[in-house]
Amino acid sequence: MRHTISVLVENKFGVLARIATLFAARGFNIDSLAVGETEDPAISRMTIVVKGDDDILEQVTKQLNKLVDVIKVNDFNDVGYVERGLALLKINVTKSNRAEIMQMVDVFRAKIIDVSQDSIIAEITGDEEKIDAFVKMIMPYGIKEMCQTGTVALARGNK
Amino acid sequence: MEKTGAQILVESLLKENVEVVFGLPGGQALPIFDAIHGSKLNFVLTRHEQAASHMADGYARSTGKPGVCIVTSGPGATNIVTGLATAYMDSVPLVAFTGQVSTAVIGQDAFQEADTTGITRPVTKHNFLVKDVKNLAKTIKEAFYIATTGRPGPVLVDIPVDVQRGICEFEYPEKIDIRSYKPTIHGHSGQIKKAAEIINKSERPVLYIGAGVVVSNAEPEILEMSKKSDIPVTNTLLAVGAYPHDTKLSLNMLGMHGTFWANRAVQNADAIIAVGARFDDRCTGKVCDFAKSANIIHIDVDPTSIAKIIDSDIPVVGDAKTILKELIPLVKKAERKDWIEKIEKWKKEAPLEFDRNDDKVHPQYVIEKLSEMTKGEAIVTTEVGQHQMWAAHYYKAAKPRNFISSGGLGTMGYGFPAGLGAKFGNMDKEVIVIAGDGSFQMNMQEMAVSMLNKANVKVVILNNQYLGMVRQWQQMFYEKHYSHTCLAKRKGCPDLCNTPDRDKCPVYLPDFVKWAESYGALGIRVQSKKDIEPALKKMLETDNSVVLDIWTEIEENVFPMVPAGASLDDIITRMNG
Repeated sequence: MRHTISVLVENKFGVLARIATLFAARGFNIDSLAVGETEDPAISRMTIVVKGDDDILEQVTKQLNKLVDVIKVNDFNDVGYVERGLALLKINVTKSNRAEIMQMVDVFRAKIIDVSQDSIIAEITGDEEKIDAFVKMIMPYGIKEMCQTGTVALARGNK
Repeated sequence: MEKTGAQILVESLLKENVEVVFGLPGGQALPIFDAIHGSKLNFVLTRHEQAASHMADGYARSTGKPGVCIVTSGPGATNIVTGLATAYMDSVPLVAFTGQVSTAVIGQDAFQEADTTGITRPVTKHNFLVKDVKNLAKTIKEAFYIATTGRPGPVLVDIPVDVQRGICEFEYPEKIDIRSYKPTIHGHSGQIKKAAEIINKSERPVLYIGAGVVVSNAEPEILEMSKKSDIPVTNTLLAVGAYPHDTKLSLNMLGMHGTFWANRAVQNADAIIAVGARFDDRCTGKVCDFAKSANIIHIDVDPTSIAKIIDSDIPVVGDAKTILKELIPLVKKAERKDWIEKIEKWKKEAPLEFDRNDDKVHPQYVIEKLSEMTKGEAIVTTEVGQHQMWAAHYYKAAKPRNFISSGGLGTMGYGFPAGLGAKFGNMDKEVIVIAGDGSFQMNMQEMAVSMLNKANVKVVILNNQYLGMVRQWQQMFYEKHYSHTCLAKRKGCPDLCNTPDRDKCPVYLPDFVKWAESYGALGIRVQSKKDIEPALKKMLETDNSVVLDIWTEIEENVFPMVPAGASLDDIITRMNG
């Protein structure tokens, strides 16, 4: 099962390595990881997306909590939450399909942020599903290059 | 007052009331050793950094106080990795300080540089690289706090040489508060009530106690609860001595080399009350067959121990002693005659045994005699292997801190330095190392420390000229292929030899007696049963370091035994044929 885990940590060197080591030691592949400062610059939030057996993930969550630099761990699967990621796609275009691609970009509420003779760069934000759907639609036109941020997530309401 | 980083370290250790520090100097730790020079710090120079970490460990386990070692960068630091891993597995409070190359050259592959915090991250509870002398005192305070609270463990502080030389105002923090580190002490009272209900409803409960009981000094509470509700008690290797031996309620050790009756009791129990034990694979055997009909109550200070291996019905996170104090009043007085009688029957069915009537030198007999002669009052440390299991079976430690052994990691070479460390924490007590001839050779260089400090540590080598435990497995599961387990084998021996014979085998190296004598220690060789008792007596009377080289039966095996991966039900109590 896919889990989105939010980890609040002390903003210190070496913390990312500790957390990555923990997942690696359990043979988990991290699907995505986003790290950034929070409203308090002394605290960073890591948003980690992993797929794995629920029991093992519960153990990993406990192990995360045990790390001295970890302040709080939330598995967002237990609560309502919103998540967003961002992807940049460099897409092959020709005179004949440019309009069609731009229409597709509009439908997905993506943005075109660079245009050249034979390619455009589109920026899309959304949850994993939306980004995947967009990529799938664009694929036939030819994606030259693509990069993605890790997913960031927050629990809804007062959680 | 302004001080250098090195002086701050020394002053901080004195503030922490550190009685003794083990270690070995080196280039990137020179300022620290200069600060130690002429200070009040009691420093013990070891002959190998690994031994320094084990000494700190032995000191910690025998006293309950944190053990401290200081070594240099690079190889000094990598040499203590085994000691850190040993302490981490067995929850031993250790604070290790390592020298590091100057902050300006970190990452440049400088001479004797190693990424010490990177290498030790998976084998420490926490570690620090101090990059600014202003943070040093606070970091040391945090290191001691983290090492000794919650589930204890080793903490490493890496100090670059320029930080050791750096100067700042020194003030040792009185108190510490780490917002991201708050160990749970008090158990959830709702869970404790539920635990009591299960115990009160049960007919065949078993208390399964581990190192957590020792760490939290909860032996009196375990005794009280077991007596009040007539609950038999089994212990892990690390809790040998935590419950009185040879009473109706004492089951001795469980698991792979546990007693027949302890394993039977666990498998037939309807309630297991695990206290400070982590359901290690050497205890559970095949996990899906473990105590199938039992409700499991799991009391542990470490939440990650819970449901890691065995799902528990009632988990209670917190300090063992604190929780037991709350639990005992809720547990009803009970008498469980049928259950105890059943266990008595199992005790008679397959007792711990060896042939007491023949003339052979049985290693078990040596330990049994030693136990009798010392009344379990001596601190015994062990190496790892067959002798370790026999020691757990036959040495009746009067209290848990009198039996010290590397459990989780199973570190050969641990026992002798750990014994020395224990001695430095208990100069008034007898410390005896029960060793195998294989393990002992891994850190025997520390005899110099015993001699030069008049530590008078006694070593009983149960010499079977083999890496005995591995040989036993080869005999039982690998068709007697004694592949590279014979320590007497030399050029000219038959390649596939599996018929050891003291009279025909090449002479054993080293001659432990001459070796001991070369240090000025007393060496005694024992080759016959009648000489065992006098030799032990002589050893205990001697005011010097002593090495007994006892040539035991070579192919003696440890029983009972649950083969790896088998259920505790499939316990083998003796060798077939």
